[in-house]
Formats: sequence, structure tokens, C-alpha cells
Amino acid sequence: MKILVVVRQVPDSTTSIKIAADGQDIDRAGVKMVVNPFDEFAIELGVQLKEKRSDVEGVTALVVGPKQAAEALRTALAVGCDDGIHLDDDAFTKLDELQLAAVIAEVAKAGGYDLVLTGKQEIDLDSGQLGPALAELLDIPHVGAAVKFELSDDGKSFTASRRIEGAEEVVEVKTPALVTIDKGLVEMRYPSLPNLMKAKKKPVKAMTAADVAGCAEATGAIGGSTLHDFQPPPERPPGKIIDGEPDEAAKELVRLLREEAKVL
Amino acid sequence: MTNDILIFAEQRGNKLHPAALQIVTPAKELAIKTGGKVVACVIGGNISAATDAIDQTGVDAIVTVSDAALENYSALTYRSAFAAALERVQPKVALLPATFMGRDLAPRVGARLKAAVATDVVELAIGDDGALDVKRPIYNGKAFASVKFPTDRLALVSVRPNTFPAATGGDSAAREEIPYAAGAGDDRITVKEVAKAGGEVKDVTEADIIVAGGRALKNEENFNILFELAKVLDAAVGASRAACDAGYQPHSRQIGLTGKTVTPMLYIACGISGAIQHLAGMRGSKVIVAINTDKEAPLFKVADYGIVGDLFKVIPAVTEEVMRMKG
Ligand SMILES: Cc1cc2nc3c(=O)[nH]c(=O)nc-3n(C[C@H](O)[C@H](O)[C@H](O)COP(=O)(O)OP(=O)(O)OC[C@H]3O[C@@H](n4cnc5c(N)ncnc54)[C@H](O)[C@@H]3O)c2cc1C
Repeated sequence: MKILVVVRQVPDSTTSIKIAADGQDIDRAGVKMVVNPFDEFAIELGVQLKEKRSDVEGVTALVVGPKQAAEALRTALAVGCDDGIHLDDDAFTKLDELQLAAVIAEVAKAGGYDLVLTGKQEIDLDSGQLGPALAELLDIPHVGAAVKFELSDDGKSFTASRRIEGAEEVVEVKTPALVTIDKGLVEMRYPSLPNLMKAKKKPVKAMTAADVAGCAEATGAIGGSTLHDFQPPPERPPGKIIDGEPDEAAKELVRLLREEAKVL
Repeated sequence: MTNDILIFAEQRGNKLHPAALQIVTPAKELAIKTGGKVVACVIGGNISAATDAIDQTGVDAIVTVSDAALENYSALTYRSAFAAALERVQPKVALLPATFMGRDLAPRVGARLKAAVATDVVELAIGDDGALDVKRPIYNGKAFASVKFPTDRLALVSVRPNTFPAATGGDSAAREEIPYAAGAGDDRITVKEVAKAGGEVKDVTEADIIVAGGRALKNEENFNILFELAKVLDAAVGASRAACDAGYQPHSRQIGLTGKTVTPMLYIACGISGAIQHLAGMRGSKVIVAINTDKEAPLFKVADYGIVGDLFKVIPAVTEEVMRMKG
């Protein structure tokens, strides 16, 4: 069994986001980049499967991004992935999520993976399109936002649960398949310094658009949405602080919610 | 491609998701601009009541795909059914609610039909060049960006719940049934069970009002004072990650970056400091109330109303006042 983990590098969740001067991107100067937290769960799940099962041949981590994204790969390798693929080309930076899925699909097809794991969404653009779109392009089933995952003994199927509104959906799925991971399934172990050093020796294959067979055709035939006019969130008017003893404050709050905000 | 706008009228168990009624509102506006019709699409097992319900919104036409195999949502059967409906109607734009189902289905079908997709959209417009241009939150609501669609492809858009009011209107839409044809290999996913979680309390993603508690609640038992308020408000109970990690509440109630993103009409945060990762999950709420002993707590910065005080005194008083108001 071969496992592919698709990883993205994103600004750290604590970063304050400023809009670039031309309004066509965020200001990326000095922004700390980390592994997308949901992709961390996918990395850990892949590594745990390899540790627990003798039939897992290897776990490959794939990242799309500029030179700097190699750090995300190194983290994945340091916590136990076996090798990496780094898709690095200026041509990739302009792709939308579906086009990105099309590029990754071409690479994944060549690898013949039985299980593709990734986070339920990326915390920068928050679109969550990559997983389901990649599964469709690979013609394999997917489970989105899984919170439980149990692979069968023969590896031919798995059971997974995903949370939905007020319930949990339990599904049985045949492999090969793709799973996007939600919070709660696993937490990624800490990449220790010695392991980060060792990770430098693990093989990483760098690929440009020219190395991906059918790249231009695949990306030209799908998606093509473009982001523009980045804006700060609308300012909330300053809130009202309600003074007084708890009883009085509570009364006033309920009155305001009913008469002013009209939500009760 | 026609000038029609299609809406995915999400239902489970023959009951429409409230967000399905809401997305008809922007669909009608877009249809005025394109000169097309608004067509609702209902997919499922027994969907008669859900179909009648979407017919109360003034849509022009309804297409249905119903089959026992579609009783529960599966990414494979639903993408086959939805793709068939889209191919039949050939809309310019299709809107889905940005729910668990809509967010899962849109990119899958988008890839199948070689469309372009945008997620969790809050504004939609069609420019003079005929291109759909939408606005959506990015970086957990720390910024917004516009997304422009190509004009030669289907645009699939999931719309953030509670962004638009529910549509109303006549009930005489023309109905058409599209036969369901299972795709090859659609049986690779079997739905084993849809287990109701949490019993009688609402889930945070489907409630109009959320009462959320943080580390300050100190234990599971103390959350009861939040459940009491939630009961009189018909609200759901949410929690911060600190509260969930400490075991006071299950992670299914966690709000925030690595929990659920919610956009209720009213969000009452009790003893939650307002870390950026918590704000990520709730700052899109219409009205925010913060109750905290620390007047410097960051949550006050996004709150519409705040009480600087002890939640153990304030919340029971609020519960009592709401009960009195409701008689
Ligand atoms: C990658 C990452 C992802 C994360 N994801 C999430 C997420 O999804 N959701 C999330 O919530 N957090 C998340 N966090 C954690 C986040 O950073 C905070 O640690 C967490 O939100 C704090 O929870 P809290 O507000 O309950 O606790 P605290 O920050 O400890 O705040 C408790 C508050 O209660 C107040 N208080 C104390 N006693 C009372 C009283 N009697 N009455 C009223 N107020 C009182 C205090 O003044 C304080 O403001 C994430 C962190 C990281 C790094």
C-alpha cells in the first residue's frame, strides 16, 4: 500500500493579515509560514498507518509552492514521511484550487497511490476544494472532513466518520480513496531537532510544470477563477459595554438584544 | 449554457436545510441580470415535502432526482445525480449552501463538469462583461477577496448560511423529474449509519443562537448554566478549544480555526478570552455578546454588547430575564 499526503504551507494562524498596497494579494513580508494545521493531521495519520501496518510500503508527502515550501516538506519528513515531491514553478502560483487539483492529479496518477490524505481545508484561502476535486479527477471515492478512520485488515476498504449538522455520518469506502482530515482524529507529533536534521537526507523530487505530463492541457480545461481586490473585513462599530450589577446588566442586555439588535 | 441560475435545495430526511431557502434570494437577483430562470434542484430518497417547501420560494422551475440510493448523502451518488441535473438544466451559475454537504459536493461536481468553484461566498454580482464576480472571506475572516469567474464555464458557488434572508413567493413552479442513473463505481461508498449526536440539543452549525463557554467554566457540570440559557433561547451550546481540550465539552462543539465556523444571528461568548483562532470561527456572527471578568479580553473588540462581570452571576440572571420576557 502506497500513501500520498498532500500538504500546503500557509501563514501561521496568529499572523495579522495586511492587504498589499496594490490590493491584489496580502502583504507577505515577514509572514511566518507553517504547515497547514489540517494537513498536519493528514501527515500524522499517514505516518501512524505506516508504523502500525506491515503492508504500507511508504508515505510520500507532496507540496506545491515556492522554494520556501520545502520547509513544510521537511517537517513532514521529520515526523516520519519517507520521501517528498515538491511542485515548484511560477506557473503554479496563478492556478486556482481546481487547477491545482488537476496538476496534483497528474502527478498522483503516475505514483499509483492507494490512499491519498490531506487536510479538510487550507487555513489561508479556506476553500476546501482540493480534496474532493482531486478525488474526482483521480476517479476515486472520497470522505470529506473525517473525524474517525479505521483501515480494514486487508487494506481494501476503510470505515470513516464525518461530522455533519447534529449527526455523524459513518461510511464504508473501498480503496483506492482520498480522505480529508478534520480536527480530532490525530495530532501531529513534534518534529524533533535530530529528526529535522535527518529529514535533510530523505529524498525530495523537485518538479516544474515541464516535468508534469499533460500539465498545460489539464489546467487549461478546468477552473480558472481569479482572486482580486483583497479587502480588510468590514469594521464592526464599537460595542456597548453594559454596566451595573449582574441583575441589572442582564436585564439591559436582554432589552437591547430584543429592541435594538432585534435578535430575540 | 443557458442564462438560468440553479440552486441546490439541500435536504435530509425530506426536510430542507434552512440555507436552501436563503440561497434562492441571491439566485433571483442574478437571474434578473442574466434574464434567465431560477431552477431549484432537489436530490434524495423521498423528497416530496422538501420539493413542496422549495416551491414556496417563488422559483421558476424545479428538477428532482429521487431514488432509494440517494436516501443518505454519499459523495459519489450525489455527484452523479447533481451532475445529471446540471447537465440537463445547463445553468450559467449554480448555488449551493456552504454546509457540510454543499462544501463537499461543489468541488467534486466542479471537477467532474470542468467548472470553476468558489466556497463560502457572501456577495454575488454579474458584471457588465457577463462574468460572475463574488466576494468571500479568506484567512478566517481576517480579510475578504473577490473571485472573478471565467464566462465560458459553469460557475459553482457555495453561499455562507445566514447571509441572505429566506426567499418567499408563489408555488406554481414547473416540475421535472430526472431519472437517476448510478455512475460506474458509485457503490464504492456505502453509508452505514447517520448517528444523531448530542440528543435534544441543537448542533452549533444549525442554530440561530449559540451560547459558548470557555476555560472559565472550569468543569463539565458548570456548563449546565449555559445549557439552561440555551434551552430558553432555543440555542446550541458551543465551546472554546481550551474548554474542549480540558474535556468540559466534546470537540463536536468546538468553535474556531480547528473547530467549526459558525455564523448565527446571535453569539453569546461566556468566559472566552477571544484568541484569534477562536474569533476565526465566530466573527461572522450577526450579533456578538461577550461576558468576561477581564475588560481587556480581546473578545470585547468584536462584540456588539459586553458585560464585564462574572458569568456565574450574569448568565443565570440573563436566563431568568429571558424566561420572564417569554412569559
Ligand atoms: C493552531 C491552533 C488552532 C487553534 N484552534 C482553536 C479553535 O478552533 N478554537 C478555539 O477556541 N481555540 C483554538 N486555539 C486555541 C486558542 O489560541 C486559545 O488558547 C483558546 O481559544 C483559549 O480558550 P478560552 O478563551 O476558553 O481560554 P482562556 O484564554 O484561558 O480565557 C478564559 C477567559 O475567561 C475569563 N474568565 C475567567 N473567569 C471568568 C468568570 N468567572 N466569568 C467571566 N469570565 C471569566 C478570563 O478573563 C479569560 O478571558 C487554537 C490554537 C492554535 C495554536
